[in-house]
Amino acid sequence: MSIAIDQVTATFIAESRELLEQMETALLAVARDGQDAVNAIFRAAHTIKGSAGMFGLDPVVEFTHVAESVLDKVRDGDVDVTDELVALLLACRDHIGALVDAVEGGTLDGNGDLAAAGAPLVAALQAYLGGPAPVPASGAGEPETPDAGDGHWHISLRFGRDVLRNGMDPLSFIRYLGQLGTITGIATLADDLPEADAFDPESCYLGFEIGFASGADKATIAGVFDFVREDCQIRILPPENRIAEYLAWLDELPEQRERLGQMLVRCGSVTAHELDLALAAQAVASAPVQPIGEILVGQGAVRAPVVEAALAKQRQAPEARVQQETRSVRVDADKLDRLINLVGELIIAGASANLVARRAQNAELLECTSTLSGLVEEVRDSALQLRMVKIGATFNRFQRVVHDVARELGKDIRLDVSGEDTELDKTVVEKIGDPLTHLVRNAMDHGIEPADVRAARGKPAQGTVALNAYHDSGSIVIEVSDDGGGLKRERILAKAVERGLVEAGRALTDKEIFNLIFEPGFSTAEQVTNLSGRGVGMDVVKRNILALRGSVDIASTEGTGTTVTVRLPLTLAIINGFQVGVGRSVFVIPMEMVEECIEFRELPGCDWVDLRGQPLPFVRLRERFAVAGTAARRQSIVVVRYGGRKAGLVVDSLLGEFQTVIKPLGKVFAGARFLSGSSILGSGEVALILDMAALLAGVETESQAAAA
Amino acid sequence: MNIGDTSQGAATCLAVEGEMTIYRAAELKPVLLDLVLTHAAPALDLARVTEFDSAGAQLVLVARREAVRLGKRLELRGASPAVRDAFALLGLSPEGESA
Repeated sequence: MSIAIDQVTATFIAESRELLEQMETALLAVARDGQDAVNAIFRAAHTIKGSAGMFGLDPVVEFTHVAESVLDKVRDGDVDVTDELVALLLACRDHIGALVDAVEGGTLDGNGDLAAAGAPLVAALQAYLGGPAPVPASGAGEPETPDAGDGHWHISLRFGRDVLRNGMDPLSFIRYLGQLGTITGIATLADDLPEADAFDPESCYLGFEIGFASGADKATIAGVFDFVREDCQIRILPPENRIAEYLAWLDELPEQRERLGQMLVRCGSVTAHELDLALAAQAVASAPVQPIGEILVGQGAVRAPVVEAALAKQRQAPEARVQQETRSVRVDADKLDRLINLVGELIIAGASANLVARRAQNAELLECTSTLSGLVEEVRDSALQLRMVKIGATFNRFQRVVHDVARELGKDIRLDVSGEDTELDKTVVEKIGDPLTHLVRNAMDHGIEPADVRAARGKPAQGTVALNAYHDSGSIVIEVSDDGGGLKRERILAKAVERGLVEAGRALTDKEIFNLIFEPGFSTAEQVTNLSGRGVGMDVVKRNILALRGSVDIASTEGTGTTVTVRLPLTLAIINGFQVGVGRSVFVIPMEMVEECIEFRELPGCDWVDLRGQPLPFVRLRERFAVAGTAARRQSIVVVRYGGRKAGLVVDSLLGEFQTVIKPLGKVFAGARFLSGSSILGSGEVALILDMAALLAGVETESQAAAA
Repeated sequence: MNIGDTSQGAATCLAVEGEMTIYRAAELKPVLLDLVLTHAAPALDLARVTEFDSAGAQLVLVARREAVRLGKRLELRGASPAVRDAFALLGLSPEGESA
């Protein structure tokens, strides 16, 4: 298969997945949004079917078609949207997703497993259609589209001037159209043809009004014109409500109304009688000219909203599409990663150029390198920005999780989402999905109480799980909270003692106790459910988050709810770092966490210093990393803040701010605590990036232990 | 790919052979307009046109309209299957006035 076809298929796959996502969102919002959501679901299914048809992906077309027929009935109000139907349609959505996956994997044809998986869904869908399941079309026989029947479409085409020059001939489009149905009438509009002198024989001035009888659906018909969609005005009026829409459209072009009306008649799209009636009524109504649409509405022939809605839809659809297409470009993530890697190399190379310039003490060269590093910094920011995505899409996926899990548990639970616009690196987004899913499931399973307990506690019957995101000192913070029963302090403690995680009788703060649930093999669920309570879970969540250089925290009030706070770095690639020296080693502290630097004055026997009247615990990096040699005569303290905690780091020297390209630590260092990565300096030496979460957590426990 | 003139009395017939498409549109425009402009009863013979596209149709339409503007009528003497096919597809009549 040629590359071009593969690319087109890839576009189909990407688009279908987007549509499936929209479909899912709409399905979950159907109770709230009603008709709008139903329309969105229908459109998504319809478009997938149409595109699949163009690629000859029959299994996709056949399955989607059945779902679409049911949706059509829903749209017409013949079938009510019940929870069961939503669940069924969600399952159908998943099946279509599986079919699309099969297309991608090239395993669609003759895939018996998929067909078997789809069969019960089709049967369930058929129940809504009120008929027995039809014998599946076996190769022979046209795929039918009962929603359109052999409807009479009207297509209005105005080709762009450059169509011919671009090597496309309007005639061939019309010819191709003829293969999808029967052209019942055609009128060629040559009104735009200029005077002979001004006529450019290589420009296209033609327009066509076409009456078209076909059983194809709108997407298929529109697909004919895919190649010229951008520089042409195309209107495809469906069989139903054709006259109303057409007349309304005529009103938009008052100067050509009568002529166009006649053409319509010629194409057989409107009968002369229908047009005469409308025009006569218009004449009677006399000046000021009342639009035909209004007259028909006045006569009760057409309902006003129908006309308006039809018009609004027709107008919006192509415009919105064109705008989106021109405003964004799909880029392969690999290409982006490569760009960012190169920017990383650029930064390292820039740093070493800077170093050489400084050593040479050449003022001109220094100036050049400083301009250069300014630019590199901007390039870095915009390159990283490219990979920033809003977390909203990830959050919205949880609507489905909550919906499904709530059904499974038999609880009524709502998901509240806020901070969807918070941006973070795509690579982080990809890796945060699983831990978040676990946290949300956990909140629903263990957090939210059964309805009777909630009622007894005077809470609303519907439980709430909330997802929130915001930026805080160079990190993104994601909160998963629930308004459930909260963590039971005593029980966690008892269990921890039983498991030997904590010595009996030891005084622990609430926070320490709550954080015990992240210990491996810890689970307090009284009953093991399908979802959680098997003892794997929270420790895996914590491990995954730590692997992203993040941290996780938990706060809970018994009876009112629990909040799990996940803190992650904004990016995994490049940061602004503050370099400090200890002996001959260089360490990097993420710049966003640095509050200030002060002189270190040691008080004997004290592991804190006085920071403007506040005690500030500190860590000696020299001790923590067992750096050999004696401390410098004048040591400094870098005051850092992380997740609401403040602490000082005692260092020998302050080296200043540098861009830091984060390199992962080798496997040898996998066990090293307090380090989150490494970086290469301009001189070629290696600097170690400090893991603030781990360092500061140590400070807190130690100072508390000292206090206790 | 020839353009031939044959005068038969007052009527001058222009015969186009070969392609009548976008590729030759620029070349054909002055020829066609000249035909309409300089002769009292211009005629066009398209019997030996092998390919005919929208650009060709536009040329015929413009020439025909120009003739009407000058108070003349452009007669179409012959039409090859390619021309007939295109005219039929476009809903244009090879003879009389069209939209």
